[in-house]
Amino acid sequence: MRSHLLNLLLFAFLVSTVFATLLRDTTRERLRFGAMAFAAFVLSTLVIGWLTNPFPR
Amino acid sequence: MSETRAAAAARDSSRTLAAGLLAWVFPGLGHLFLGRRGKGLVLMGSILALFVLGVMMDSRLQLHLGLEDPLALLFSAAQMGIGAPYVIARLLGYEAGLVTSPTYEYGNTFTAVAGLLNILVLLDALDTARGVRGK
Repeated sequence: MRSHLLNLLLFAFLVSTVFATLLRDTTRERLRFGAMAFAAFVLSTLVIGWLTNPFPR
Repeated sequence: MSETRAAAAARDSSRTLAAGLLAWVFPGLGHLFLGRRGKGLVLMGSILALFVLGVMMDSRLQLHLGLEDPLALLFSAAQMGIGAPYVIARLLGYEAGLVTSPTYEYGNTFTAVAGLLNILVLLDALDTARGVRGK
């Protein structure tokens, strides 16, 4: 469990699943919303990580 | 007639209370109680997985009481949002965590978010019991 990327993917998947289940009512809407939330989690983390790379402390 | 309405209101009220209590005690249980089997199982699996992964990542589960460290108090409250799994993990001896572990902060985030998500699930169960939400 020392992989930062694996931790990010697990966290994003599980939280997106809960959000999609709570916030949408049909299976199709849930899949769509879950995929969007997952992508938003992963992409925003990668972008923020990349932007903060020059500032390690 | 009004007696029947009063009885129905009391029944609805106790059903809402039971759904809320069960939702807090164990993730997804409130929805299972209300007959939302699929939704309850998905919420139960996701939130429990998040919490168990957090504990496996050496998260700290110690209880903070008092106002000398308000953030630690809020953190404890967030973790306790998951209900019985928090108590069970502590009884099994996982309360101390391992601050030197590379995954310690990840673990803390996973367990606190699991508890916070369960509070959202609790509110959804209450809305479902009241008939505010359909599915």
